[in-house]
Parts: sequence; C-alpha cells; structure tokens
Amino acid sequence: MTNNATNIEAEIVELLAHRIPAGIHVSAQTQIVGGLGLDSVAILDFIMDVEDRFDISIPLDRVAEVQTIAELSSAIEALKRAAN
Amino acid sequence: MSLFSKFDDMRANIDLLVASGRNPFDMRFEKVLSATEALLEGRPCLLFGTNNYLGLTFDATCIEATVRAVHEGGTGTTGSRIANGTYCDHALLEQRIAEFYGKRSAMIFTTGYQANLGLISTLAGREDHLLVDADSHASIYDACKLSAAQVIRFRHNDPEDLAHRLRRLKGHPGSRIIVTEGIFSMLGDSAPLREIAAVKREMGATLIVDEAHSLGTRGKNGRGVCEDAGIESDVDFVVGTFSKSLGAIGGFAVSDLPDFDLLRIVCRPYMFTASLPPAVVGSVTAALARISTDESLGARVLSNSGRLYSALAQAGFEVGPEPNPIVALKMTDKETAVRFWNRLIDRGVYANLALPPATPSSLSLIRCSISAAHTEAQIDRAISIMVAVGRELRVLDPRPGKTPVHLTRSLPI
Repeated sequence: MTNNATNIEAEIVELLAHRIPAGIHVSAQTQIVGGLGLDSVAILDFIMDVEDRFDISIPLDRVAEVQTIAELSSAIEALKRAAN
Repeated sequence: MSLFSKFDDMRANIDLLVASGRNPFDMRFEKVLSATEALLEGRPCLLFGTNNYLGLTFDATCIEATVRAVHEGGTGTTGSRIANGTYCDHALLEQRIAEFYGKRSAMIFTTGYQANLGLISTLAGREDHLLVDADSHASIYDACKLSAAQVIRFRHNDPEDLAHRLRRLKGHPGSRIIVTEGIFSMLGDSAPLREIAAVKREMGATLIVDEAHSLGTRGKNGRGVCEDAGIESDVDFVVGTFSKSLGAIGGFAVSDLPDFDLLRIVCRPYMFTASLPPAVVGSVTAALARISTDESLGARVLSNSGRLYSALAQAGFEVGPEPNPIVALKMTDKETAVRFWNRLIDRGVYANLALPPATPSSLSLIRCSISAAHTEAQIDRAISIMVAVGRELRVLDPRPGKTPVHLTRSLPI
C-alpha cells in the first residue's frame, strides 16, 4: 500500500469519527454498507464530507461500486488523479 | 439463503414496530368519512397524515365531474397514449395546466412518481450531470438511478454548496441539471429558490423544481414556492402531482422550452404505461378550476398550518423550520416516535410515523399534514392530544408551562 493510500484511509477514518456510533472499529477492510452502523442516507451524507475533504466529485454510481474503506480510498485516489 | 433473505433486516424492523403496537405501513381505514375524518379500529379518527392539503377529495364539483367523466369516457383507457391514443380530456387537462402555470406546454403522467422518474431520467443523458438536493424525494433518487447521467448530491437547501459542487465540474462536458423541491416532504421546509435560481443563472444550468407539496398551498395563485419566490421564469421545468392538493392521482411537468413535446416519444415512464382514466382526468380538471378561482383554499390551509405549527412550537415541541402544510415534530429517538404515534391513534389522531432512513439527518418524526378542510375545532383537538401525549412521554415537560425536556439537554438527533 502506498503512503498516499494510507493517508487517504486515515483521513476517511477521521471523517467517520463524528458520524459512526461509538464502539465501531474501522479498518481498510470495513464494509461501508453494514459495517459502519450507518443507514443509507447517512452513508451518502458521509460521502459528501469525503467529496469536500478531497475536493472531488464522487458520482452516486461510483459510490455504489465501492464496498470497503480501502476501495473508497482507491476511488478517491483515482478521482484526484483525474481532476489534476 | 432465500430470495427474500436480503430483506431480513427490514422484516426484523417491521416485527419490532408491530410488537410495539401497529404496523405503520399497513394501516387500514374501515371508512373514509370526509377529507379530515375516517373510521379506524372502529372509532372516528382525525386525519392529519394524508396530504389532502385543500380537502378536495370530497368536493362536490370534483365528484360530479368524475362521475360525468366515467359515464362519458368509461372506466379506463386500457393502455398508453402512444398506443391507444389521447382522449380529448387528456389534452384539455394539459392545456389547463399549462395555462395555470403560464407555460407553453404541459405533459401529464399516470403518477407523480412517474413524472419525476420520466422527466429527470430522460433529460439527463450519459454526459450530463444531475445535481440533486440531498433531501430529495425517493422518486427523484429513483430517476437518478434510471438516468445515465453522473449524479451529485448537494447539501440540503444550501445554494453555496450547490455552486461549489457545480464549480468542481468545470472542464467536464455535458449539461448541468439542478433538481430541488418547493416544500420538502419530511420537515416541511421550503427551498431557497431565489438563491438557487441565481446559482442556476450564474452557472448556466437547467433547473427542475418539484412542487408536489406546494401546488395550491403556496404562491398568490397557488403556483407554489417558485411563484412565492418570484423566479418562475428561471425554472425550466416544474413537476407536480395530482394526488395531494388536487385530490386524485397523477403527475405533470410544465415547461416553456420549445422542444418539450419531444419527451412524448422518448420518455419511457410516459410511453409505456396506461394513461390516466377519464374519472381521474375529470376530477383533476375540476379541482384545478377550483384552485384557479378560489383563493380562499390556499389561504385557509396556510392559516390552519400556522395554527397547528404555532401551538405545537409554543407547547415546546421541536418542529420544522417554518409553518407549512407539513408540520413535523422531532422526537428524541425512534422508540419514542413509535410510542407517540401509537398513542395518537389510541386517542383518535392519525399522523405519519417517519423513521430513518426515510428521513433527513436520521431524524425520527411525527409528520402531520394539514388541510384547508380541517376546522379550527379539529386542529385544536389534535393539538391538545399531541400536547397530552408529549407530556406523558416526556417529550414535553409533564408540568404545563415548564421548560420542555428537550430544551434542557442536548438531543441525540
């Protein structure tokens, strides 16, 4: 895993901190649907936070393809590359 | 693993709700007595959860028109307009809607859901970008799913956030289509349409506004929040429904764009479904004439809404941000909302139980809709029952006049 990917994952975990219920441990392999204790709307709200943190747009069809935190991190990396 | 095992969580949620009292998704009225009363569990019940904003479901003129239409045109059209043809009354209703909005064209759909589904999914092609308010109705989200466009949510009622997200798309090809609503269905808050229209103009986007809850309830002539905000000429498409203020079923879209009628041969949710039956077209045409000529209906629903909203806010309930025909009471948690809703029905008031994920910000709500047909006595009775239940469940301070519980500590919502 690249340093960049590790940094992105760390930022995602930080963004999640104020959204997820206490006691949920988040790792790269955590499933976004089902693993975070968030309902579907709360997940989409979290994605808006991610968009703002990384200054990218993540279209909803792209969100639907992403299952784990690691996959979200890869998608962010790819979208950031495309934006630059 | 069965085909239905993917719904195990949903089943568990429903089982929990049923164990707490009733199934909110399967409430059965033995008889609907009027626009504001029904028989429920063998007892009369006040209806504060049916979106019957103008109370026209039992309007004598509308009933007469629907009876006449069914005698003259039969019970159904038995198919779509592209196959079975258009009845003169479909065309007449479209003309009346276009006239009502002062727009060039109107198209009617078989439901309001299909109006959003059809219009949005057809307009937004592969290269295009849909920017939808985060709190949009399910029909808007489903339209986004059906469309090939890239879909971006913007923060609810936040024009600056919308502008920011539009700026991020700089350099990308395709049209930008903004979708929002006049009044939002859960909290009853209205969109800041003047500011959103300014963003639309600045960014060269297209603007669609769903006025499902604001047709007939807002605007001097009942044309909704767009009329109130004075931005009707900025709105490229208004979408609406016949199922609320107009007391029937169906949906519509209106526009000034000259190519609008092309949608009739490319919009699949319009093309491949049966058209509205004569009875519905008849009552909707009559209802539209009623609201076009009777300003008192809109005035009454707003004054009734203000009466309920002010009294509940004053009693200490945490309500939505403004008095509209939807008044939502924020509950401290899901369990309290379920108990509150059950007790309201025990005392003869039917409202809606709205729980996450159907609600914004994971709120648990008791959602009331107000009608022009409610009498002041009915509203006052509903207020007194809601306040009593609020005190029993400690959503309000149990001692009259004391600080409500929710204002003395921070809420988890």
